[in-house]
Amino acid sequence: MGESGFEERRHTADWALRVWAPDLNGILEHAARGMYSLMTIERDVSPRAVREVEISAPDREGVLVNFLSELLFLLDQEGLVFDTFDLEASPTHVSARLEAVPALSIGKEIKAVTYHKLAVVESPQGLEVTLVFDV
Amino acid sequence: MINLKDFRKISDYEWEIPVTFRKDMRVPVRLFATRRLLEASLDDLSIEQAVNAATLPGLVGHVVVMPDMHQGYGFPIGGVAATALPDGVISPGAIGYDINCGVRLMGSQVPLEAVEDSLADLATALDHFCPSGVGSHGGYPVTDAELDQVCRLGAAWGLKRGLATEQDLRRTEEGGVLDGADPGKVSARAKARGRPQLGTLGAGNHFIEVDVVDQIFDSAAAQAMGLQEGMLTLQIHCGSRGFGHQICSDYVSQFQEAARRYDIHLPDRELVCAPLSSPEGKDYLAAMRAAANYAFLNRQILAHGARQAFESVLAGKVKNWHLHQIYDIAHNMGKVETHQIDGQPRKVCVHRKGATRAFGPGAPGLPAEYQATGQPVLVPGSMGTASWVLVGTQTSMERSFGSTCHGAGRVLSRSQAKKEVRGDELRKLLEKRGIRVRAGSLPGLAEEAPQAYKDVDEVVQTVSGAGIARKVARLRPVAVIKG
Repeated sequence: MGESGFEERRHTADWALRVWAPDLNGILEHAARGMYSLMTIERDVSPRAVREVEISAPDREGVLVNFLSELLFLLDQEGLVFDTFDLEASPTHVSARLEAVPALSIGKEIKAVTYHKLAVVESPQGLEVTLVFDV
Repeated sequence: MINLKDFRKISDYEWEIPVTFRKDMRVPVRLFATRRLLEASLDDLSIEQAVNAATLPGLVGHVVVMPDMHQGYGFPIGGVAATALPDGVISPGAIGYDINCGVRLMGSQVPLEAVEDSLADLATALDHFCPSGVGSHGGYPVTDAELDQVCRLGAAWGLKRGLATEQDLRRTEEGGVLDGADPGKVSARAKARGRPQLGTLGAGNHFIEVDVVDQIFDSAAAQAMGLQEGMLTLQIHCGSRGFGHQICSDYVSQFQEAARRYDIHLPDRELVCAPLSSPEGKDYLAAMRAAANYAFLNRQILAHGARQAFESVLAGKVKNWHLHQIYDIAHNMGKVETHQIDGQPRKVCVHRKGATRAFGPGAPGLPAEYQATGQPVLVPGSMGTASWVLVGTQTSMERSFGSTCHGAGRVLSRSQAKKEVRGDELRKLLEKRGIRVRAGSLPGLAEEAPQAYKDVDEVVQTVSGAGIARKVARLRPVAVIKG
């Protein structure tokens, strides 16, 4: 297990994802990568696109949910899947410069990112969180 | 941890967790289940989630849990909770992201035996006329101005455009349109997602299925619905697509602060809520109703596509290929209804998440043809297994806020199902049993394998035994279309 990453966890109806990283920037990036991985997205290599995103929320769980929801929106609307993350996160805000490639196909749909039992907690690696997605 | 001993047995089909079980509970939890289904439900977090739901401010009666319950994200799937107007709360998470996910059932005079050779073509035509898949486009895209009309008019929007008939609307919950919808309370991003996706099935557990009427249990009710043994029927299971998902996501995020403002303390942030009388509560209700109306029209457009598919394949082969509406019913919805609480009629907001409205005979709003029988209830089984047509009863009005089960209910996680079942093998197995399958994604198919679900017959036996629905007919699948 590296210093940051993600793994799928058991859940009867939906999908759960555990994410760990040294800091909130890492949690946001690896949660995004984990979410795409669950969706089994086939990617093109070009054209590359850049999007700048600003997200605010009352706490870091809110920042995480709103950030991932923004990525779902951009995938749904523009077919973009991000692979390069330049993030500056605080517990109430994230400024992100993101690079994407087009998604060629999406294997499975995630309807939403939920707040179910959501808590970003301190861990030996830094931070960790378990996310539940509605599918 | 919740154990069997924490339940008080009311009957062979009904159990209660008293309000004293946990100090933050406001009402008891009532569970409709056989002892076997109850014990099975202790394996996941569904009961704990029902106890959490019982902490919502303004609840009346009890939180009801159906036998097809399973763990959700906050509120259990298969849960029903009623909050009193004006100051009880509304909780977007207790309705779900797929607002007005529901089922439409259509009947026909097409005998299975006359069209067995055409079923593969019929499955292909349905797949063609009813677009499906993740983020599917190509249905019935609308402009901004049209979308606002759709939000207000629901399925009735399809009337002038040749997509719906008066009978279709009459035989839809609430006539296919909820009053009080306001597109002004819907975000621009929800609208951007909703415009291109109208008239599409989507993916996940959504499907279109051709069934044959296998057995009839109540001939008077079956006759009122136009159901005959040996004839084809068609089911459509889907909801409000990205439009509803975005509306729910927007309000769950906004309500995080609203709950703090109203000093509401909850055991799970996904249950966030606001008083129905508050500006936030009113805004969500108006936006949720817009999504509900979108979903009614979405299933209506898919029904129109299904009629085109039947015509393209069966015209000339049978005398009458028309699909008539039997009923269209939601199973993820928040509705303001009047129920008897402690012997008095009271206006409440009934949250149903993975539970179907099941109004009994004589209930206001039912079309004349169903006044005597009670409202049709549609309970799809898992893929490849039976589905059921039931009717609501007087007992469902008295014991479960006019609600009953909505399906089989999952028992296996999606990852476990994928480990145990391969999509291509499942498709071969279903084809061997005479079920034609058109699927966008084979791993997606595997996740919906029948062994991932409870036995729908046992679920239906439970609600029927408890009296909160009555059996009318059992349907057997012959063709399935999945995104």
